[in-house]
Amino acid sequence: MKDIHDRDEKWPSGSDRGLIKLNVNGIEHRLHVESDITLAEALRGPLALTGTKIACNRGACGACTVLLDGQAVCACMIFAIDVGQRAVTTIEGLCRDHQLHPIQESFLAYDAVQCGFCTPGLVISAAALLESNPHPMLDEIKTALSGHLCRCGTHPHIYEAVLAASTARIK
Amino acid sequence: MTKEGSSRLATFPAGIVGAGLGEVRRRIPSDDPPPLPINGALDVVGKPVPRIDGRAKVTGAARFTVDVRLPGMLFARVLRSPHAHARILGVNMRAAADSLGVRAVHVVTEAGNGVLQTVHYRGAPIAAVAAATRAQAEAALALIKVRYAPLHFVVDLDEARQTYSPAVFEATLASSPGFSRSTNVWGPVRDPFASGSRGNVADGLAEADFIIDGQFRTQVQTHCCLEPHAIVADWQPNRLTVYTSTQNVRGVRDELAETFGLEQRAVRVISEFMGGGFGSKLSAGDYAFLAVELSRKAGAPVSLVYDRHEEQISGGNRPGTAQLVRMGAKRDGTVTAITVLAFGTAGTEMGAGVGNFAQSLYSCPNFEMVQYDVLTNAGPGCAMRAPGNVQGAFAVEQMIDELAERLEFDPLALRDRIDPSLVRREQRRIGGDRIGWNSRHPAGAEVGTIKCGLGVAQSFWPGIVDTSSSCEVQIERDGSVVLRSGVQDLGTGTRTVLAQVVAEECGLRAEDITVLIGDSDFPAGQSSGGSKMTGSITPAARNAAHKAMRALAAVIAPKLDATVDDLVTKNGRIFVRGTKERAMSFRDAAAFLSEPIRTISGRPADYGGYRLTREAGGLAQADIGGVQFASVEVDTETGIVRVKRVVAVHDCGRPINPLQVESQIHGGIIMGLGFALFEERTLDRGTGSMLNADLEQYKIPGIADVPEIDVVLLENYHAQSSTDACGVAEPATIPTAAAIANAVYNAIGFRVRSLPMKPATILATLGKIPSLDWSL
Repeated sequence: MKDIHDRDEKWPSGSDRGLIKLNVNGIEHRLHVESDITLAEALRGPLALTGTKIACNRGACGACTVLLDGQAVCACMIFAIDVGQRAVTTIEGLCRDHQLHPIQESFLAYDAVQCGFCTPGLVISAAALLESNPHPMLDEIKTALSGHLCRCGTHPHIYEAVLAASTARIK
Repeated sequence: MTKEGSSRLATFPAGIVGAGLGEVRRRIPSDDPPPLPINGALDVVGKPVPRIDGRAKVTGAARFTVDVRLPGMLFARVLRSPHAHARILGVNMRAAADSLGVRAVHVVTEAGNGVLQTVHYRGAPIAAVAAATRAQAEAALALIKVRYAPLHFVVDLDEARQTYSPAVFEATLASSPGFSRSTNVWGPVRDPFASGSRGNVADGLAEADFIIDGQFRTQVQTHCCLEPHAIVADWQPNRLTVYTSTQNVRGVRDELAETFGLEQRAVRVISEFMGGGFGSKLSAGDYAFLAVELSRKAGAPVSLVYDRHEEQISGGNRPGTAQLVRMGAKRDGTVTAITVLAFGTAGTEMGAGVGNFAQSLYSCPNFEMVQYDVLTNAGPGCAMRAPGNVQGAFAVEQMIDELAERLEFDPLALRDRIDPSLVRREQRRIGGDRIGWNSRHPAGAEVGTIKCGLGVAQSFWPGIVDTSSSCEVQIERDGSVVLRSGVQDLGTGTRTVLAQVVAEECGLRAEDITVLIGDSDFPAGQSSGGSKMTGSITPAARNAAHKAMRALAAVIAPKLDATVDDLVTKNGRIFVRGTKERAMSFRDAAAFLSEPIRTISGRPADYGGYRLTREAGGLAQADIGGVQFASVEVDTETGIVRVKRVVAVHDCGRPINPLQVESQIHGGIIMGLGFALFEERTLDRGTGSMLNADLEQYKIPGIADVPEIDVVLLENYHAQSSTDACGVAEPATIPTAAAIANAVYNAIGFRVRSLPMKPATILATLGKIPSLDWSL
């Protein structure tokens, strides 16, 4: 475990606002934040990366899921100042050179999208799953995505999309 | 009819593909496009085209209201009542107004008297603050001083019906006409939407061989849209611009214009992407008025976004009901009488009825409906995905199941006898085969702890048509095609179906069409509600595209040495019919234009006329329906119900995008699954507080709860419009809970009459734990 309290030296003692560094999608950002700003708020506010959504703001719905050193976490459940040097990947960082990630292609092909508000979090979790387990079984997909809520009821198309992306990798 | 009233006869496909497809001749307006053949003969319509806005959604680029950031934008928070019922003696905003970062404050006023006198539910808005940051606004709320005089309150449907119950509203309202029964009970409503009582139920019951009664209870369900209610209001001297997560940009524009005394053209409402709408975002809402007031006072844009707690306590809900249903039938299966007595509560709102399900689904000459609205000091209810009919279906479809058993009919055979719909007959046949209905055992016949069961229930939704909206189609000289309409896409895929319809007409691909919607400055839109959007707006899109293509054809016909009527469009090219070489690309054709073509078209009345006139509801001749089957496992030790499989057979006229229709049906079933098994707003009787105002104690279905869902979609042509499409979002959610309940009965041999069917309910039904008795 890396030191998660690796705050920037410019944090003034006794102040609730200071300068931190955040490594997001391969770019190092320096930003002033309050100590109680969550990673989700820092991404959506000062960094204007609004693809990360906040729907419950307490870790119950998964809409704010980002990767932290490759692990899917709820960005509403970690303070920005506690991220330290860990690499943050948001939905905006998943596509490279305007080329969609295979899981994004699969979500499109299987209509695993309705209103689209929960979608970025689900795409991130599905990408993390396929990274650690390239050919998951249906039950493994359901377990990996069970922290996500979708009120439109897109679930069957979501797991079809993940299964298809997994199968495509076998070919 | 067109303006000139000229018309022509045209021949349309009619009936179900694969089960009696025929033709029908209809008189249509003379400038409407020719009938479309069935989907099998088309290139774009009827195909599983990927969403044209899907890329924006999977990459996070889609901008929702909560993502809107304007220069100088302030953040608002709302102070809410800590009392379920209280008189407001005074609100002092001074300290809040002077607080760090605060730029504007506003106190809620009541319509009519200009001050806030009373709050009627815990969580009712009292005042709001706009500040430079959300945290500053939050801090300022704590400085608002409100003097309350708490009043007696009631949050329970049964208590509120009693004559000794505290009055939810003061005497002025309670003594108004309609409150005859007791202080909080308004009614009876005897003539719900579409039609009222008929025949004579006393006679019908007298001629019955069997009479059965059933009491049913449904809980309050909350919407839980993942994007909460949200608005950014930007009041400028000449114009009010509002970004909001809404199902109705046009309606919000009209409401704001009226409230603030502005001309409609001085208000612009934008909803580019919106994160879920199931009925709670059909109107502006009190938060919109607060945000606009704050923006006007501050002279800056104001963002007001509900948090999840506010969403749960104040964002709307599906009203709870208690119903008594009585049916009389003869031995041969004829149903002779149906009566429904229903009490519903939408908290501080009205409109908690059980819909027109009982009166419309089955042939029965004698029908009586008596519905009462019961006021409670609880968060306001509102429309929610098939309002009323979901609650009504839970009772009626279990009663039909019970009747079948009493008459010794198979539940499908009884429905064949009493359901006049030939479409549902076909749906029952298809679904029964898929679920393995013939293997269904008698109720409670299984031994062992975990018992399996099969159940069925039906869906009915009236085909609502809205003719008030229009589409504009523009063909540019570079060959690009743009559609504009002031409608919005809730995630149902409205953008994509509009693109498909225009693309089919232009001989292009869906992705070639730019669809601009979600802006009240575009040609008049309509609300996304009542499953009417696809059926109402796609004909306007096709009609406008048809006119545009006629105009383009008029320009290029001479170049191809042909007449306008000789030209056909396909695969991005325009051909002279019957030739291959006399053709040009769509792009080359557009280059001949001296200026862009712009056409606008609305939707004429239904071909063949309405069942009910526009004034009486605008109901199409054909209804939308479906039949759902559920296979369940009930653990009789733990009381846990698991739904293993759902077979859903539905029809929605011409399916324009079968993949998106399937998504809609999945969504309806999964919301129905939550209603059946998990979801329940829990209010504390002692405080009026919602105890599960979040997303962890208020449980909606997650991916592990979702059964295998087998969707069968019929292509069922009605010859109603130039696209002959209908929406399907609501019909899909109506029968789910009833089908599951019938399957649970089949598994355990005991009928569950209240929702949700949580473990305690099942165990109480089995007599393993004490139950709370209740009775109407």
